Amino acid sequence: MSYIIDRRLNGKNKSMVNRQRFLKRYKQHIKEAVSDAVNHRSITDMERGENISIPERSINEPIIHHGQGGRQHRVLPGNKQFNTGDQLDKPPQGGGGGGGSGKASNQGDGEDDFTFFITREEFLNYLFDDLALPNMIKKSLSQSKEFKTRRAGFVSEGTPNNLSIVKSLRNAHARRIGMGAGKRKKLKLLRTELEQLLAEPVPDSLRIKVLEDEIAHMEARLRALPFIDELDLRYRNQVRVPVPTSKAVMFCLMDVSGSMTQDVKDLAKRFYLLLYLFLEKNYEHIEIVFIRHHTSAKEVDEEEFFYSRETGGTIVSSALKMMNDIVQERYLSGGWNIYGAQASDGDNWDDDSPLCADILANQLLPVVQHFAYVEITPHEHQALWYAYQGVQQANAQKFACAQIRNAADIYPVFRELFAKERYQEAV
Amino acid sequence: MRHYLSTDSDWTFELLQTYDSEIARIAEGYGLDTYPNQIEIISAEQMMDAYSSVGMPIGYNHWSYGKQFLATQKNYQRGQMGLAYEIVINSNPCIAYLMEENTMAMQALVIAHACYGHNSFFKGNYLFKTWTDADSIIDYLLFAKNYVRKCEEKHGQEAVEQILDACHALQNYGVDRYRRPRPISAAEEKVRQNERERILQQQVNDLWRTLPSKPGEASALRERRFPEEPQENILYFLEKNAPLLEPWQRELIRIVRKISQYFYPQRQTQVMNEGWATFWHYTLLNHLYDEGKITDGFMMEILSSHTNVVYQPTFDSPYYSGINPYALGFNMYQDIKRICEHPTDEDRAWFPDIAGKDWLETIHFAMQNFKDESFVQQYLSPHLMREFHLFSLYDDDKKSYYKVEAIHNESGYHTVREMLARQYDLSVREPNIQIWSVDMQGDRSLTLRHTMQDGTPLASDVHEVMKHLHYLWGFDIHLETWDKDSQIARQSCPSTSAT
Repeated sequence: MSYIIDRRLNGKNKSMVNRQRFLKRYKQHIKEAVSDAVNHRSITDMERGENISIPERSINEPIIHHGQGGRQHRVLPGNKQFNTGDQLDKPPQGGGGGGGSGKASNQGDGEDDFTFFITREEFLNYLFDDLALPNMIKKSLSQSKEFKTRRAGFVSEGTPNNLSIVKSLRNAHARRIGMGAGKRKKLKLLRTELEQLLAEPVPDSLRIKVLEDEIAHMEARLRALPFIDELDLRYRNQVRVPVPTSKAVMFCLMDVSGSMTQDVKDLAKRFYLLLYLFLEKNYEHIEIVFIRHHTSAKEVDEEEFFYSRETGGTIVSSALKMMNDIVQERYLSGGWNIYGAQASDGDNWDDDSPLCADILANQLLPVVQHFAYVEITPHEHQALWYAYQGVQQANAQKFACAQIRNAADIYPVFRELFAKERYQEAV
Repeated sequence: MRHYLSTDSDWTFELLQTYDSEIARIAEGYGLDTYPNQIEIISAEQMMDAYSSVGMPIGYNHWSYGKQFLATQKNYQRGQMGLAYEIVINSNPCIAYLMEENTMAMQALVIAHACYGHNSFFKGNYLFKTWTDADSIIDYLLFAKNYVRKCEEKHGQEAVEQILDACHALQNYGVDRYRRPRPISAAEEKVRQNERERILQQQVNDLWRTLPSKPGEASALRERRFPEEPQENILYFLEKNAPLLEPWQRELIRIVRKISQYFYPQRQTQVMNEGWATFWHYTLLNHLYDEGKITDGFMMEILSSHTNVVYQPTFDSPYYSGINPYALGFNMYQDIKRICEHPTDEDRAWFPDIAGKDWLETIHFAMQNFKDESFVQQYLSPHLMREFHLFSLYDDDKKSYYKVEAIHNESGYHTVREMLARQYDLSVREPNIQIWSVDMQGDRSLTLRHTMQDGTPLASDVHEVMKHLHYLWGFDIHLETWDKDSQIARQSCPSTSAT
């Protein structure tokens, strides 16, 4: 006797615990892989998970087994031309077992990387692992979540005060048309037949009676169709949406002057991208202001910021002034957390650098949560860097400077700028 | 007028029941003795879960199963592999998982294959009878899962993981190859486990007693070798004798050892087991077809799937990955049947005992009393060697060429058969490593001895394994490699000590 059991309804994620344990165990590898991916991915490409590769040897579960060598006998199927005593040359070493030995190919597989997929959420989690923005909690802790209701279409269940009469009656009408269609058609046929019978010289009264009864019955049934049914009712839907309680605005400042090469811009792009993704994760609502500058500053959209080209000299203070103007104009009230991120190759008119430091120290830093400056240059520090050093010493909690030399530097710099320790010091 | 059981390719629970009872009826006619069946229908995702727990219906949590799962998931989602149609568990009742995606024909095939083929093999083969206890395995696995979880709560996940990692590395050396174990039930296991903890610890402490002994005893003790005889069951030895382990750690070793032992027969009977199941799904469903209960289309689907399963690529094919156990096993049982029913002169000369005998009795005997190695040695016929075009290659790492030492001809049959049998011999496939001695009076180091076979060295993995061994034992580990009475290598862990 066999029992047949339907297990399909049982949970299917029995292996989740083990999967998590695996991820936990190889956290370090995964983090490295993620950080690598960030360096290599293109900017528009952050909205997906990632294939993580771990070298097979690091996750190998060792067991005792035979290595290669020694004197072995192997029985193989499919002999075509060999005879006893034939000698076959061995394939060159490392050639991968041309003799067709199963063993060699198994070990060949062993050299591959172990690859698996993590979701976007997991990807970002690893990316932002144990980071927190400076001073952020100060504001967010004191704020509780607020909701407001908003209309969101129609639903079939609700309270009478939300009843949408027009929508409900329209549904009722459609239903009556739909449900009565067959009956009306039949009624029409019956009536035609009745007329024909009546038109005949000798009416078949019995048949006429039957038809009349049937017509009456049909009409009664048509009348019995409810004018409005519970099925027809539609209610205005109201949803509660959280009012963003922690709002942030991120200012992206970038030098696009002639001295900024494409490589340098690419590096800057990645810096903003990471910052943005990070903010997106920590704030419910974020606005971004893109300011590009050469000798004069201009507020642009994202597309233009990253992808259009311009050349010219460099006056950094123009961008800082513009940022200050925008802050004064739009973000001073309303609980905005203001973040600034500036990228440059460090070039500036010498006379301008002290001015930059002045605007930053006296006008911007008092209102922002944090301001980060990255100098993207493989060379010596430039004038602006030295000007900013003074500001940084005075405002270590809010202002960070870092130098980026190549793509692989971005992620460590990013971590450094927003590392938890720094945050804790700030608190 | 034929009366088909079904004509549609979709299955229903009623139909499964019908097919199962039809197949059961025919199987009984062929004398297949089975445990009761518990057929469970599962989805593809659940099948992936089942895959990654290496065929245990209940497994303790461990990262390596997660790794397995990720690998399965990736391959499946990329379409690189299909999932097995079934997984069957050697338990009583015998649990078989069937995938919901299968068509009715596939479900029938799988029921015949798993629920009557594998099932009767589990119940009949001597290795399974000796080594596994189908009645208590589910209980034991449940006990193991709970015990591991409790240990994690008490001692931390990492500590448990460390022990399990170490045990997994040695799990192939956790089996008594010669001694018959006594199966016990889970309830009994639990009672005994507490008792064991206490007594074990006492014994270990006694072994490592540091109190000065009486003058007369001292010399006797120095003479005593420990262990008195080399031990092949490394995990068992560690469980009983490792000086520094806590009772719960010993119990974890025991759990890995027990589970390893449970799988031991499966590792030795792959060809026989899969061949048997394949032979019976083929035979049972053909019988059903001959009775006129299934349609031609249904049978075509089954045969096409069957043909894929028993396909044997030749050695020079890109698809070749060793000898397909399904193909070899299936053909061997078919061949035994042929020898019984229509023996040739050659068969009479080679198999005087079975030629012309009752085929059913003969294959049942073969299934019950052999393992892969001896099964091949006993029953591989010249006819089949010719059909597979088997040849044996001799590979000496000192020579620059392979030598064809025997092919499928009169002078080669014996050699080919012997060499093929050796390929299935676990004691040849796995390095021979035994616990040799413990330095009782000195640094407590543990010496293992690897006896080389045919000059084959150990893979470099062994260093990692030794680290695990070192973790379990707590003192230095030495591994000596001996080839024909002379020591040719010695490695140690930690490697700072003598080389």
